[in-house]
Amino acid sequence: MQPFAYTRAQSIEEAMSAGAKASTAQQGAEVRYVAGGTTLIDLMKLDVEQPATVVDINHLPLGDIERLSDGGFSIGALVRNADLANHEAIRKSYPVLSQALLSGASGQLRNMATTSGNLLQRTRCVYFRDTQSPCNKRKPGSGCPALDGYHRNLAILGVSDQCIATNPSDMNVALSVLDAVVVVRGSAKDRHIPMAEFFLLPGNTPQRETPLEPGDLITHVLLPKPVPNSRSLYLKLRDRASYEFALASTAVVVALDNGHIASVAVAMGGVGTRPWRSAKAEQAMRGAMPGDDVFRKAADIFLADARPRAGNRFKVELARRCLMKAMRDACATT
Amino acid sequence: MTIEKRRQFAGVPFTRRNFLQMIGTAGAVTGLTSFHLHAATPPASQRASHGTQTDALSKVGMNVNGEHRTLVVDSRTTLLDALRDHLQLTGTKKGCDHGQCGACTVHVNGRRVNACLTLAVMHEGDTVTTVEGLGRPGALHPMQQAFVDHDGYQCGYCTSGQIMSAVAVLKEPWPADDASLREAMSGNICRCGAYKNILAAIKQVKAS
Repeated sequence: MQPFAYTRAQSIEEAMSAGAKASTAQQGAEVRYVAGGTTLIDLMKLDVEQPATVVDINHLPLGDIERLSDGGFSIGALVRNADLANHEAIRKSYPVLSQALLSGASGQLRNMATTSGNLLQRTRCVYFRDTQSPCNKRKPGSGCPALDGYHRNLAILGVSDQCIATNPSDMNVALSVLDAVVVVRGSAKDRHIPMAEFFLLPGNTPQRETPLEPGDLITHVLLPKPVPNSRSLYLKLRDRASYEFALASTAVVVALDNGHIASVAVAMGGVGTRPWRSAKAEQAMRGAMPGDDVFRKAADIFLADARPRAGNRFKVELARRCLMKAMRDACATT
Repeated sequence: MTIEKRRQFAGVPFTRRNFLQMIGTAGAVTGLTSFHLHAATPPASQRASHGTQTDALSKVGMNVNGEHRTLVVDSRTTLLDALRDHLQLTGTKKGCDHGQCGACTVHVNGRRVNACLTLAVMHEGDTVTTVEGLGRPGALHPMQQAFVDHDGYQCGYCTSGQIMSAVAVLKEPWPADDASLREAMSGNICRCGAYKNILAAIKQVKAS
């Protein structure tokens, strides 16, 4: 680990002004906020991250879960994953979020990891994590060994010729299906960023993962009020039964009316460079009777633009089955 | 410990710990010893220069096993290295050092965490409990006793992490079935495969 100066932010403004001194808030940032540390300190040990300054934000007043007047919830950036997953109202109103959180990492890590830290969790691509390897995300223009190398765990949707790294977070998939909004306080202006816009596609700039700028600080995540009479669930498929990242996962929120699908949202993890949604696939199911024919058609639409490679071709079929089973289970429990 | 203290190597008393360092400096470095020697924070003289601050020493005070301890640490020092190398509390083990094995599990303010993925300087004012603070010979914590009763280990390297995790799990909101207990403990890897006995040990404490 490279040496760095450690400071403890006493206020949100103090954290923001420390962060604003960096030239980027993306890969290679000279200033990093530390909350749970489970991603950052891991990557600092690997020299993938080498901040000159680490700002401890654990003492900022961002640790609450609050019910909003519109029926939604506000989740503080520093709410630990374990506390969010086990929060009674979250469990009841947003089972998909609770299940996604509990399917990720381990009990110890969930006690440490925070909401904002999980949002910014970095890819598990082995070349990104190994500073001896080229990696366009870590060192723009250096190349991508994953394209023809080890990419079993990498993306088939949203990929580019520069990068096929998967967003590894389970929580992000659930937040996507729930249409959550990320609240960012910034030195320029405060903004509300919908999940659909929070993660950037790699394109030709895989080092740029979010719209965050130096001095920006995620303060909250807003959950819209639960869809009335809906059921939600998270289905995760992986190489081990526990403590492993998803090869494919599906988050579903569905509401049935008179035996028909009145509303449905589906997001997938493990298959995209960001949590993946398909408006067309959801549209194909809306108004239909739940059934494998409908689910298969939706899965085909969802995966129509998949660009698998030799080592992750299996993911197309795995994802199809994952989506279908999640839909089947969600509709069966309604 | 008393036996180890009587042992001498080239006139220097040695323990199991500094024995590894001695054979390391003697050139007989195996992969294992090299990993342990280099994984800890290097002394200031060996550090690569980076940025403006190369000697970022900080003072941090925390309650460790019921005792207030003040440390002066390099900001890079993890809680794990602080416990092991600064406070000589070597019951907490360094396995992967990347949050993937659970050997370093300790309690911070009553919650189980991976001590390898958190910086010591982040724990000003915190209460830390390690396996040394749980019980002691002759007065074992029920979970320690249960691991003995059920043979919940083989080589023992993961055991302190398993025990710290298990004690915390019983305070967490998990369903009571075996599958849930296994899931709750999945962050603690045992390469000897003592999982069945570990589960039996936890169930014994849960039932009592």
